[in-house]
Order: sequence, then C-alpha cells, then structure tokens
Amino acid sequence: MIDKAFLEEILSITLLSLRVSGTAVLIGALIGVPIGTVLGLGRFKGKQTLMHFINITLTSIVNTFMGLPPVVVGLVVYLLLTSSGPLGPLGLLYTPTAMIITQFIMAVPIITGVTMSAVGSVEKAIREKALSLGATDRQAAWTVLREARMGVLTAIIVAFGAAISEVGGIMITGGNIRWVTRTLTTAIVVETNLGDFDLAISLGVILLSIAFTINLVLTIIQLRGPKR
Amino acid sequence: MPIIEAQNLFKEYSGRQVLKDINFRVQNGEIFVLVGPNGAGKTTLLRILDLLEEPTNGGILFDGVSINYSAKDKSALRRRISMVFQQTVLFNMSVFDNVAYGLKVRGGNKVGVEQRVRVILERVQLRGFEHKNALALSGGEAQRVALAQALITEPELLLLDEPTANLDPRNVSIVEEALSRVNRERRTTMIVATHNMLQAENLAHRVAVLNEAKIEMIGTFQEIFGEPSKFLMDFAKLENVFSGVSRVSAEGTSVIDVGEGLQIEATFKKVGDVTFYVPPEDIVLSTRQLVSSARNTFEGRIVQISDLGSVVKLRVRARKDFIVQITKRSFNEMQLNVDSIVFLAFKASSVQTD
Repeated sequence: MIDKAFLEEILSITLLSLRVSGTAVLIGALIGVPIGTVLGLGRFKGKQTLMHFINITLTSIVNTFMGLPPVVVGLVVYLLLTSSGPLGPLGLLYTPTAMIITQFIMAVPIITGVTMSAVGSVEKAIREKALSLGATDRQAAWTVLREARMGVLTAIIVAFGAAISEVGGIMITGGNIRWVTRTLTTAIVVETNLGDFDLAISLGVILLSIAFTINLVLTIIQLRGPKR
Repeated sequence: MPIIEAQNLFKEYSGRQVLKDINFRVQNGEIFVLVGPNGAGKTTLLRILDLLEEPTNGGILFDGVSINYSAKDKSALRRRISMVFQQTVLFNMSVFDNVAYGLKVRGGNKVGVEQRVRVILERVQLRGFEHKNALALSGGEAQRVALAQALITEPELLLLDEPTANLDPRNVSIVEEALSRVNRERRTTMIVATHNMLQAENLAHRVAVLNEAKIEMIGTFQEIFGEPSKFLMDFAKLENVFSGVSRVSAEGTSVIDVGEGLQIEATFKKVGDVTFYVPPEDIVLSTRQLVSSARNTFEGRIVQISDLGSVVKLRVRARKDFIVQITKRSFNEMQLNVDSIVFLAFKASSVQTD
C-alpha cells in the first residue's frame, strides 16, 4: 500500500512546510527580537513622557498584531503580489517565497510581543546591577536581553508553532500547488476534501509530531536551569 | 582629602521628601556608616551616590569634582565605585561570569581574569564555586558572590546597602571580615547603610544617623551612642527603656520605682517622673548571684534568645523585661536556654537619661 511516490510526496510536503515556516520565523526573529528588546527596555525609561507615549502606542500595536488572523494576512499579501498588484511584476504569487512573506508577517508581531514582555519582566534590579558594576547603557541592555533569553527562545518557538500549523494565509498566497507550494496544512485540507483520508491522516500525524516535538523542546528548555 | 562629598542634597519623589539637606564628607580610606530606621532614606542616599538616581537639588563632589549626569560621565564614574545592594541580584550565569562581569564590561586585558576571580572568591570563602550557576546558590552564598562582584574591580568607593541583612551568623562574619580586610589592605573607602548597631560599632570610623530624611548627627560611634538621646532611644527601639518615679536616696543616688516592685538605682540626681535607659552591653549576666559593686542586681528568667552572630541577645524577665547582650562564646559556655534562671547586674552609673 505504501509506495515510493507516496512517501516521496509526503517527504517533499513536510520539508517544504519546515522550510517555509523556518525561514519566515528566522527572518521574523532577526527583526522581531531587536524591536521587542527596545520596546521592553522602554519600560525602564518611564520618565520621558514622549518616549513613554510612543512606547505605549507601539506596544498596543504589537499586541493587536499578535492576534492577526492568517487569512487576512494572506489576503493582503495576495493583493500585493497578484499580477495587477503593486508587487505583481515580481511574479512571486503562488511560490514558496509568497508563503514565507505571509508567515513572516504573522511571526514578527508574535516574536516582538513575547520578546517585549520577556525583556520587560526582567527585574529592574538587573539593569541597575549591570550599570552599577560599570556597564554602559548598551552593555546593560545586552545583559538584560541575556537574562530574558529563555523568553526570547520561547518567542521564536511559539512563532514557529503558529507558522507551521497555519493554513489560511498560505493557502491564499501559495495556492496549494502539488509539488510546488503544497504544505502539510494545505495538503490536509485538500486531501480531506478529496476524500483521501490515508494521506490526510499521515500528514496530520506528521504535523502533530512536529508540534509535539516543538513543545517538548520548549518545556525541556523552560525546566532547565534555576528559575528566578 | 574627601573622596566624596554631598552638598545640600535633596531628593523628592512625587512631592514626598526622601532626603533633606544632606551634607557630609567621606575621607579617603574611611568607613562611613549610615544608621537609621527603615524608610529614613539610607537606600536612596546610596543610590544617589552610585549615580543610579539624581538628586532633586544639591550636588555630589567625587574626588573634588562635581558630578554632571551625562551618560558617559556616569558610566566612567561608576567604574570607580561599586555597590552591593540589599536585595541580592545575580545574573543567570555561572559564578565565574558573575564575578568577572565588572572586568568584562570594562574591556581590556583578559589575561589574569581567572586568577583575579579565584583570589576574590577565596576572600569570600567561595573557592571552587566558579562553575556553579549563580541562581542555584543559597542566600548567604549569593550575597558573598555579590560582594565579590563589587570587590573585583578594586573600587575607590564601595557602597554597601545592608550588606548582611538576612544573613546567618557565619555569613555575616565572612562578609564583615572581607570588608575590614579590604579596607585595611587597600584603604577602600566604604559607605555602609545598616540598622545593625553592632555592625556599625564594629566597622565604622564615623557614623551618620539618618532619620526622617535628615542627617541628625555625624560622629564616631562613641560620640553618638555613648550618650543616648531621646531620639536614639526611639530609633534603636532600645528595649531597656524604663519610666518611673525617681527620688534621691540618702547616699545621693537616685532610686527609681518603675513599678511591679522593681527599683533601679542610678547615679544621676533627679526627682519625679523620669525615663531612662540601660545599655544592653552594660548588663552583666551570670548563672549565680555575684558579689559585686553593681548597685542593681536582679534575678530573672530567659524568655527569648536571638542569635546575632558573634553576639547573642537575650530577653530576661526580671519583673520587667531586660535585653542583655553577651558573646556567643559565653552563651555557649553558660549553656543557657529559654527558661534558664539568671542574674543581672549593672552599675548605677550605667543607668542613663537625657
């Protein structure tokens, strides 16, 4: 029953899912972690009223975007990339790149938001201690980020978990083209519609295993090392 | 030459005066102890001296130069100062990395860092702790790491905020010993906030009494505490404060009736209502009645024992409660316990009033 082509397709779908979500989260982290750090550190500078106001506004925006519906992101990216859209000439619609862009847009607010709260929850005393021991402002910020490293790692893993299980956005922008843009989630949708439950269930099991592995790793990391 | 000088320092938090007109000079090599009740402003004063906060008014001279609060100057000056905070905060890294932190942020030569960390850890008796995670340490060990962090950069000025609060006797003596030694060997200037009077007496070259945001007195421990004022009685919550009616006896001393049949003899001459104080360290405690020149001897029962490290504080009920301070060694030798019957003796001249 299990033939080679079937396995090959499953492998290709799984690898594409990992590649798309992994790339989106990686780029998202490169942008989200620094922004989250700056916003999180803003808490320490409560005095300058303008800074405070900007910080509150940005924080609220980030929090709003953390719950961005994937289909809406998919729609917006679709409108941007479609041949009559502003980025149409790039010809990216229905490519893995389009899916990466979609998931990247979803991942950035999650990573920024979780990083922000992780950095913000590092005790004020840590920063003062660093300053007192002779650190410059920048060195002290780095020390605070280092103390928040578990939270930052959590941010990245949570974003990856959200990306790998997301379906609405990449369905629209990737188009679920077999061998090209078909991922675990979009494949499950289409195979279920077609009544091919064998494949749908196999893919479902793989997706669950990935989600389980992510959570296992996260839990192990969080349990490791003493807590404050 | 004063290493640090506070001039007309005021600090206000949303309308509340935390420090009022603080003035003092601390000389190079001096141990300057701030005593005062909680909330007197000790911590705020230390934080201002560590440049973590700016005074609302007034200024600080460090090494004769007025501090300006530019980020660059602050961090340059902080590199000559170290502070040990009351709340022990360590970074989530190894003990080695924690201790080496101050050196690392200063950049420069990495050679010899290991050696310096080892020496400093030995000084706080944490040899071999290098690779432990700092957050896995006990409270006392953690505070000693915090001290090592502050000492490794060889600061010119060391600020200590209640460095031994909440530590057990062994840790207290390790910390105090390390501090005395650093002061002796490197002539490191220290400003120590404490409400432990014994520590103040042990460490201080000079003491400043901080109360309700103001410095009330500055002087040597003897100058200030030799003659307890009303304020000090209140502040130290010196339990051996009694009130009674005094009359002058035939011998020219005062005999004060403090109630419950207890009469205390004093050398001062006062008639009528009087409040007086007996320093705990002036009371001699024995397990048998002694024949002595002490005019006041009472039999009592130990009702409470508090271990303060090298000394033990006892509450003895002899109709009224007396607080007696004895060394740990005597305490152990006399095999005292709660409910032990003991005798208290103190001279009429030990009874003080203001």
